[in-house]
Amino acid sequence: MSASVFNAHGVWAIYKFEMHRFKRTLWTGLAVPVITTSLYFVVFGSAIGSRMTEINGIPYGSFIVPGLMMLSLFTESIFNASFGIHMPRFTGTIYEILSAPLSALETVLGYVGAAATKSMTVALVILLTANLFVDVHVEHPFLMLLFLILIAATFCLFGFIVGIWAKGFEQLQVIPLLVVTPLTFLGGSFYSIEMLPEPWRTITLFNPIVYLINGFRWTFFGTSDVPVLWSLLATSAFFLICLAVVFWIFRTGYRLKS
Amino acid sequence: MTPAPVLSIRGLTKTYASGLQALKSVDLDIGRGEIFALLGPNGAGKTTLISIVCGLVTPSTGEIQAAGHDIVRDYRRARSKIGLVPQELYTDAFERVIDTVTFSRGVFGRSRNPAYVEKVLRDLSLWDKRNEKIKELSGGMKRRVMIAKALSHEPEILFLDEPTAGVDVELRRDMWNLVRQLRESGVTIILTTHYIEEAEEMADRVGVIRKGELILVEEKTKLMQKLGKKQLTLNLSDPMTAIPAELAEWKLAIQADGNELLYTFDATAERTGIPSLLRRMSDLGIGFKDLHTRESSLEDIFVDLVTERNAA
Ligand SMILES: Nc1ncnc2c1ncn2[C@@H]1O[C@H](COP(=O)(O)OP(=O)(O)OP(=O)(O)O)[C@@H](O)[C@H]1O
Ligand SMILES: [Mg+2]
Repeated sequence: MSASVFNAHGVWAIYKFEMHRFKRTLWTGLAVPVITTSLYFVVFGSAIGSRMTEINGIPYGSFIVPGLMMLSLFTESIFNASFGIHMPRFTGTIYEILSAPLSALETVLGYVGAAATKSMTVALVILLTANLFVDVHVEHPFLMLLFLILIAATFCLFGFIVGIWAKGFEQLQVIPLLVVTPLTFLGGSFYSIEMLPEPWRTITLFNPIVYLINGFRWTFFGTSDVPVLWSLLATSAFFLICLAVVFWIFRTGYRLKS
Repeated sequence: MTPAPVLSIRGLTKTYASGLQALKSVDLDIGRGEIFALLGPNGAGKTTLISIVCGLVTPSTGEIQAAGHDIVRDYRRARSKIGLVPQELYTDAFERVIDTVTFSRGVFGRSRNPAYVEKVLRDLSLWDKRNEKIKELSGGMKRRVMIAKALSHEPEILFLDEPTAGVDVELRRDMWNLVRQLRESGVTIILTTHYIEEAEEMADRVGVIRKGELILVEEKTKLMQKLGKKQLTLNLSDPMTAIPAELAEWKLAIQADGNELLYTFDATAERTGIPSLLRRMSDLGIGFKDLHTRESSLEDIFVDLVTERNAA
């Protein structure tokens, strides 16, 4: 396709650049999820799981796998995407991206596409690692991948926004640590919200992460604390909001152009 | 006859969010294949002007056409024709030289062309360093990498923002040669500099910018003619309030409270008019204690322009 309609070479160049950056830390990048997943199974699976054998008829060890994948997917997506765009802002090399014949869509496809590729890889590595410890059966593999892609894309877009908003590297950490991780832990990653007493159960329903995790878990076991359609709607809504913010950023040049 | 401009700037202004007006209605046409030097003191607005053309800064008002394309409405076509070497060294420290140049070409929408990338790297004496990480290069080498990146997509217009700042004599000479070589291949070059000798050495035309205003745009040869002007200063014995009508043909100026007469003449002309002036003055009984002549340089013109408007 001609570069005057869609700059495919540009998207590919950014994507490759970002993937190359990940390759430099490939082994630590993959060792970390393998080790943490194993630790989770040692701690949760053996110690706690021996007392809590089943949730909704699913062995506890299997039950936490989708939550573990989501937790990593969220943090990896936000971290990779925010770092990817914050770094060129920090070093000044963003001048080249801003002066290039790239649309907002193409720039985002490059950066967010690469970040999502990496975070999905990590999530799938966690799935494979978990398989060594427990039996995980995916009931709807196609929908599982759809959720995985949609959620990865959403959180990478969100991370991209954080990376543009952040004024320094500390601020990059703030949102994931103070907002996303707590919401994930409180969002039923490792338990069913049916197990919570009122009023916590109702309060938890206001946590958007609940819908993401339950939708994803449904693709594994066919059971969910909330209707799956709501999950899909919540995920899509979050995706569209992030997309709108990103386009607003490019239209106004917010923190990109003076 | 002037060819159609490759860059055309109309009514360009820029006021930063801080309220600072960095550009006050700039109009400028740059011809295809010319080397244009933008000369101005710190903070004059040179980088702002370049940044707007390249899409890094949003203009407040004004229209810009690059290679016939509006830089906002048709930014893809416009930007693909422009290369930028910014004032500061911005590099990806961990990337290899050849990768960063290949990346630039891709980002600007061009398909891979290893042979062209090799040529650019060879022209800049970077070929031997192609596999080195950028962080391992010296400052001058990094600047060459920035130039290689800017040339990677075969631009028609190249902006060099202070290409020789902090660069040693050898690299400066290389840079000048490169600029000439590029011009021969048809690239239009706009460079900014603080150094008048650089503008003299390189440019076809010179623009002087001060406090966001383009106060002079002139062909260098015309400036050189101005350079050829000399000035004779006569320190008068008795101060004078008005120039006598008999001396009108020399277009004299009075300065230093009437104590000095200033005569500007063309040193390259066959007749300077000095002997006749002195004869006429002696006929009129105007005596002088001392006299001296000096050449006005581009530097003077520049300083004059800058300070004159300062007072206004
Ligand atoms: N992002 C910005 N926000 C606010 N003011 C700015 C910004 N960038 C530049 N300025 C101001 O605009 C004016 C013009 O700056 P500019 O960088 O264009 O000057 P310059 O001619 O390139 O100077 P130098 O020779 O020092 O590079 C200066 O007063 C500068 O402080
Ligand atoms: Mg500057």
